[in-house]
Amino acid sequence: MRISFMQKACLGLAMAAGVALLPSLSVAKTYNLTVDKVMIDTGDFQKEGIGYNGKSPGPVLRFQEGEDVTINVTNNLDESTSIHWHGLILPFQMDGVPKISFPGIEPGETFTYKFPIVQSGTYWFHSHSGFQEPDGAYGSIVIEPEKRDPFRFDKDYVVQFTDTHPHSGKRIFRNLKMSADYYNRQQQTLGDFFSDVSKNGFKATVDDRMAWGDMRMMPTDIEDVQGFTPLINGKGPEQNWTGLFEPKERIRLRFINSSAMTYFDVRIPGLQMTVVAADGNNVQPVTVDELRLGVAETYDVIVRPMDDKAYTIFGASMGRTAYARATLAPRQGMVAEIPEMTKAPLLTMADMGMDHGNMEGMDHSNMSGMDHSSMKDMDHSKMKSMDHSNMKGMDHSSMKGMDHSNMMGKEQEKDSFYATGSGLVPTAANGGKFLSYADLKAQKPLYEDRDATREIELRLTGNMERYIWSINGVKYEDADPVILQYGERVRFKFVNETMMTHPMHLHGMWSILDVGAGKWDPIKHTISVAPGTTVYSETEVDAPGQWAFHCHLSFHMDAGMFRKIVVEGGPKSASIDLIGNGGLQ
Amino acid sequence: MTGLKKSLLTAVISLSILAPVTGYAAETSNIYYGVQMEEFEYRYGEGGEELFAFDGDAFIGTDELKLRWEGSGELDLNVNRFESLSNQIALQTPISDFWDIKGGIRYSSPQGPDRWYAAVGLSGLAPQWMEVDTHLFLSEKGKLSADLDIEYEILLTNYLTLTPSANIEAAFSSDREIGVGSGINSVEAGLRLSYDVWDRILSPYVGVVYERKFGQTANFVEAEGESADIWYAVIGAKLMF
Repeated sequence: MRISFMQKACLGLAMAAGVALLPSLSVAKTYNLTVDKVMIDTGDFQKEGIGYNGKSPGPVLRFQEGEDVTINVTNNLDESTSIHWHGLILPFQMDGVPKISFPGIEPGETFTYKFPIVQSGTYWFHSHSGFQEPDGAYGSIVIEPEKRDPFRFDKDYVVQFTDTHPHSGKRIFRNLKMSADYYNRQQQTLGDFFSDVSKNGFKATVDDRMAWGDMRMMPTDIEDVQGFTPLINGKGPEQNWTGLFEPKERIRLRFINSSAMTYFDVRIPGLQMTVVAADGNNVQPVTVDELRLGVAETYDVIVRPMDDKAYTIFGASMGRTAYARATLAPRQGMVAEIPEMTKAPLLTMADMGMDHGNMEGMDHSNMSGMDHSSMKDMDHSKMKSMDHSNMKGMDHSSMKGMDHSNMMGKEQEKDSFYATGSGLVPTAANGGKFLSYADLKAQKPLYEDRDATREIELRLTGNMERYIWSINGVKYEDADPVILQYGERVRFKFVNETMMTHPMHLHGMWSILDVGAGKWDPIKHTISVAPGTTVYSETEVDAPGQWAFHCHLSFHMDAGMFRKIVVEGGPKSASIDLIGNGGLQ
Repeated sequence: MTGLKKSLLTAVISLSILAPVTGYAAETSNIYYGVQMEEFEYRYGEGGEELFAFDGDAFIGTDELKLRWEGSGELDLNVNRFESLSNQIALQTPISDFWDIKGGIRYSSPQGPDRWYAAVGLSGLAPQWMEVDTHLFLSEKGKLSADLDIEYEILLTNYLTLTPSANIEAAFSSDREIGVGSGINSVEAGLRLSYDVWDRILSPYVGVVYERKFGQTANFVEAEGESADIWYAVIGAKLMF
């Protein structure tokens, strides 16, 4: 029954995709995955989790562009499961989101995914059921391109980051609902108060605490869930995953962030990284010292160690509560120094959307031509007219990261994807170049550049204290789906009204991130939206069916920052039974 | 015994009110629960009084509607009798970002006469991180009374917390039978130093509690040969799961 449906779906898709598939040349391979209860050992603790083929992370699936894959997924759990192929373009019935793509895979059942591989690059897969993903249900995908990539490398490694927590996802979520700061062990203490008093003076410190207290928010609220051990390829910092190299080899590192909740600032002291791909898609190479790996994002970088020595891959969590560590070395057992984490950031009023960084006209597409030096004057006039009721007496000069002269003086540190004066603006530990979204330019545009036919505003909203997360103030369970028409080009306007950074992930269709580069705007599957900012992305609505669209922080998604997208219309052959969904069984 | 039956009845009624919500919610599995003991302690009074005291709550429900039990009591260990004991069951719903209202029934059953109350309450987080919980009660005898709980956490470190708290009880008319005079009739102030030893599940503490009765209530207490104000040293643990 199911197989025959798969065949129909594939046939439909083949027809829809038409000539692009070249069926006569395509290879067809079969892969088998089991979903299992597994033990996860982080070096700090052991826990029971969920994995694939007996391990967490699961295997690296290596596909070829143009291949037709058949993946048999057998559920050995005692609960329903699913696998979502994160970033892959495929028929929606194969997308693996229960209740949207398909009913899910029941215990003991084997579900057969069948779809053509129409892209190349670094991706990953994970469960989209319950809290299985934070519990370990993820693996990675490497797709070899049909034609060779426009850069050279001698070997490649998947470098998959995860944030393994001693608590189960279910328990974490309940704890957060019970007390939103349950896991925040970086709150400002009495000791911090006294040290700030001695640094900034009594009045400034009291005013600062009062300003935050009045909002009932915390400047330390950067990581909702702390207490995890960051892993790289399943290995904790002490277990030290090691990738071997010969000096002068070019190594392609495929960074994947499969964490439930944690952003990582990744660097390799002693090596520069040339970013060649973002979210699977090649970008014009940009060399950086450090990059921020948002949840669910992937970046491919090329490094070239010249010396016969070890290098540390170091990923400090954005809130600096923990770090991931792995090693690149000429021989097994060699290690390099583990650097210190830089100081933990503090959110500022700018991250609360109470700053000029959020004002109208801060359209990123116009940023390139904007004269930042002239903003200085603008800022302060704007500040005066602002509503200070919540900020009475706040001494801006004392606030970390609020030093405008400093911010504006260093052009390279100005990142238009953070609110001006944001405490989260990343800086490279070695003082060098930190990757910005603004640096990402497509290697080869996938779509013709054209004006969007329509704009949809999505305000990212939430109530931290109640741990409710939503879009436009409405949780998923109370929301109508977003209806898109096949063939239109939609411009999504993300307005982050919360104090947290949200990696927004659209399934099934690409998000063309507006970095102001026109046709060279990069295409991504996950768009990170920093607090107090507005970010635009455009989507060519070219995939019929229904799709998920959500914040990829697991617990934000589960708390309601999620929408169903329905694409109406489209090629007849592909849309058979698509919307009714009843034909699925 | 009848008290117990009545309690059960209240619970059943409350649950049936909640049922349609949970029925819907079960699909998206967004029902949460939690149990918390803010105070669970042994008190040693300046005159050799020994008490066991607790103050806790438990809830089940959704973001929109919760059923919450609140209970508190003081057991006099010297004579093995409850000086105070109350259980409340209420439905609670948000009215703003930081505030909930609740409505339900409280049953007060210390040694001596019992009382039923209809209760309405307001709880939430006031600016500057003050946790506030307040109720208005109407007893079966038609008497109005109120209480107010305020708590603030001072983080000495991220694990060591100093918690000042205050509880004020007031009555708008006296209820001689249960020893309550009109006006502000008791204040309890506490200062507890706790350390989170196991997540936030178990946080043992030591502290001091000062309790003072006022006005007619003080007279009633003194008439029984007890003192109207008393200091306690306390040792106990906060619990949350």
